[in-house]
Amino acid sequence: MKKSESRFDAELRRRGVSRREFVAFCGVMASTLALPRSLEAKIAAALQKSEKPVLVWLEFQDCAGNTESFLRATKPTAAEVVLDTLSVDYHETIMAAAGHQAEENLAKTVKDRKGEYIVIVEGSIPTGANGAYCTIGGRSALQIAREVCGGAAATIAVGTCAAYGGLPAASPNPTGALGVADAVPGLKNLINLPACPANAENITALVVYYLTFKQFPPLDSYKRPLFAYGKAIHDNCERRAHFDASQYVEAWGDEAHRTGYCLYKMGCKGPVTYQNCPQIRWNGGTNWPIGCGHPCIGCAEPDFWDKMTPFYQHLPNVPGFGRAANIDRVGLWATAGVAAAFATHGVISMIHRSAGPKGGETPPPPVEPVEKVEKGDRP
Amino acid sequence: MTHVVVDPVTRIEGHLRIEAEVDGGSVKDAWSSSTMFRGIELILKGRDPRDAWVFTQRICGVCTTVHAIASIRAVENAVGAVPPPNARLLRNLIIGSQCVQDHVIHFYHLHALDWVDIVSALSADPAKTSALAESISDWPLSSTKYFASVRDRIKGFVERGQLGPFANAYWGHPAYVLPPEANLMAVAHYLEALDWQRDIIKMHAILGGKNPHLQSFLVGGMATPIDPDRQASLNAGTIAELKGLAAKARDFVTKVYIPDLLAIASFYKNWAGFGGGVGNYLVYGEYPEDDAAKPALYLPPGVIRKRDLSKVEAFDPDKITEQVKHSWYEYAGGDDQALHPSKGETRPKYTGPNPPYDRLDTAAKYSWLKSPRYDGEPMEVGPLARMLVAYGSGHARVKELVSAVLKKLGVGPEALFSTLGRVAARGIETQVLAEKMGEWIDQLAANMARRELRIHDNSKWEPSSWPKDCMGAGFHEAPRGALGHWVHIKDGVIANYQCVVPSTWNAGPRDAQGQRGPYEEALLGTPVADPAKPIEILRTVHSFDPCMACGVHVVDASRRKLAEVRAS
Repeated sequence: MKKSESRFDAELRRRGVSRREFVAFCGVMASTLALPRSLEAKIAAALQKSEKPVLVWLEFQDCAGNTESFLRATKPTAAEVVLDTLSVDYHETIMAAAGHQAEENLAKTVKDRKGEYIVIVEGSIPTGANGAYCTIGGRSALQIAREVCGGAAATIAVGTCAAYGGLPAASPNPTGALGVADAVPGLKNLINLPACPANAENITALVVYYLTFKQFPPLDSYKRPLFAYGKAIHDNCERRAHFDASQYVEAWGDEAHRTGYCLYKMGCKGPVTYQNCPQIRWNGGTNWPIGCGHPCIGCAEPDFWDKMTPFYQHLPNVPGFGRAANIDRVGLWATAGVAAAFATHGVISMIHRSAGPKGGETPPPPVEPVEKVEKGDRP
Repeated sequence: MTHVVVDPVTRIEGHLRIEAEVDGGSVKDAWSSSTMFRGIELILKGRDPRDAWVFTQRICGVCTTVHAIASIRAVENAVGAVPPPNARLLRNLIIGSQCVQDHVIHFYHLHALDWVDIVSALSADPAKTSALAESISDWPLSSTKYFASVRDRIKGFVERGQLGPFANAYWGHPAYVLPPEANLMAVAHYLEALDWQRDIIKMHAILGGKNPHLQSFLVGGMATPIDPDRQASLNAGTIAELKGLAAKARDFVTKVYIPDLLAIASFYKNWAGFGGGVGNYLVYGEYPEDDAAKPALYLPPGVIRKRDLSKVEAFDPDKITEQVKHSWYEYAGGDDQALHPSKGETRPKYTGPNPPYDRLDTAAKYSWLKSPRYDGEPMEVGPLARMLVAYGSGHARVKELVSAVLKKLGVGPEALFSTLGRVAARGIETQVLAEKMGEWIDQLAANMARRELRIHDNSKWEPSSWPKDCMGAGFHEAPRGALGHWVHIKDGVIANYQCVVPSTWNAGPRDAQGQRGPYEEALLGTPVADPAKPIEILRTVHSFDPCMACGVHVVDASRRKLAEVRAS
């Protein structure tokens, strides 16, 4: 124990990091994860083990957006994760080896580290054409996922494609694309980290959590960690006061838009989207889409490509409407699928399922606000 | 004759497979295959064209802006929306910073390990490395102590015995010729560039809310409000922040990337003799400088054939076609047809081996990429094409930098048509754009000062303002080359959508006439010292900066109607 500690101290020194800075980092992690300060020591202990836990990162029907997102991580940085915290034994976008040598690395990890390694999956898994819509080294994504995820200690589906099928699975799903949970049923320790892409800080926070406690954080019914997906964007939005005061952007670039009023009428999906964007923001806390003047598109929700589109059509009445509920143009998202999606979130009860106001003239009947569901309790 | 298969080709975006015949120490023939397909254009049919950019943007998360830009331009072209001057400047800044950031990531994180031996860096002398670094640049991180700390960090990493992403590579291969000190310097900058890219991409967070997948594009303009007197808009504070980031970008490119590129290239000058490829170059042009219907473009469009820099032809979009003779699609009129994208017709039809497989039947269909042709000829697109067309068109800054690089390396213009030429052209372009960005920020500030605050053409936002039936094309120069989107809008929804993408141009398979695609042609003659460790193949393929997710698309298949009901 003593030996490994001093070795760790030497490594910190080599990295130009003081022990004090390291402990401070552990404190930041604890707060991102909403953990009590008393657990900082446990995080520190987990991170300084001399044997690095092994991570394998698979890319299937993906755009590498989650990989790029991971490269933007600040706490810790991608370089710290790759060089110091984990042993990233396979990741096609960054690894030096190619072809047979790359395949050997993967095979070796799967064989020698069976039951120990963590696998991150990015991209959906096509089931059409016998798997020919995505092959790597001649094997199909499904064949690889079954083998690699099947032998892992835990599987993290990062991004909406890996979690729920995402864009390739959008109607009409030409390739029979599925998320990991559906493509490889029965995996133990599967966790979803959706969004398009997943926020880098949530990826690293999840990894740190897992390394520290050897278990996943509490999940919602979509297998998403509550620390990142426990609250609706709408409830934490910096523009919420304008929503409550019925102050809306009406046209791109109008005075309301420049002043930072609510984007609800421009199509914002914040009321039905569960993510911590307003708190952690993006790119080291620089900004986030609503902060930039564009509505939320609901990218962390299953099937958002079909259920949240058209993106610029606003949601039906949202509970908590302020004085003026007289929205002049009501989006009629009145299909059963959409209604079910909202009901699932426990946010909206869709009273008028199929027949909305005609011509956008009649204000919709008031909706019944449904009691907010507590963490982990979502139906 | 040895049959070499490289699959997966790593350090790229997406899924690429190269098969090659190697004989007598060099490549005699080669086949490029993309092994992933999603069908995004198919998914677009029947949807709101204002949403299309969000969908197409997800074609690629590396070049995360490019399909959004091409899409909004195509839809604007179709419906007649005219983005105001501020939107043009915001887009130029986003496109320019994407290109600068992406090229640096490519050089250090995707391409460098083909030239730089990390294991050799361990035996470098930090004092000599410092002397080397200080002889080529005044970048401040250059002390003996600094390079000793980098060496020790890598040493510590290696000593732990878990090599992670650096395991089982071609370290020690005779094709690596850099001295240990140059390797150590490059490894230090590999790590610095990881931090740099994360910081300078904050420009995208400021202008687009986040990166990857910025979220501020709009058909008709941008969603980022501009107002010097409002906190929720781009204002004096954000202008200052953008300027700081642009300066940081320029600094690193000028003082680290370019000196490294020249230093490394000087050891690999023989690579000016390999990897030339088809010798035809196509550029659509980019960075509108004014708001005319046909604006002047900072990087000009044009076509060069047979390496003749003295003749730059005008680009004619009507000469673009796509073929599927060797692609896993079929055409109704037969697979020998060549169709213009506006009449594009594609039906995916996989006829390859069932996975798992060892070999593709390269005499038949063997890729998810189509074969784009210009006037019937294969074309290389990308930074080399852009720099050659700009050079041939008399672009002052490009000419100056190209000449300086050739002089520094002691080679003639013919060296440009090569693997090394591609690497150098990418660096030159990065320098040109890093210098240009400050100008666009200044113009944005000047507009703010005179209360020119428009960001969007509201007159064409509502579908009721559009023609019942319209078509549009959007052209863009992505980091990896010429990108075009074609859209057909009928009754306010997408009737047909087609993308012809840089990596389709470069990585596509043979056409009906048997002409190889640019990757395939460029690999001919590439030396391969050890067929079991084909690092030389990676060098040439990586010099194109492959982006395979971009390359694969499909259009024109029937799609069931979306379920949503619209108000009135």
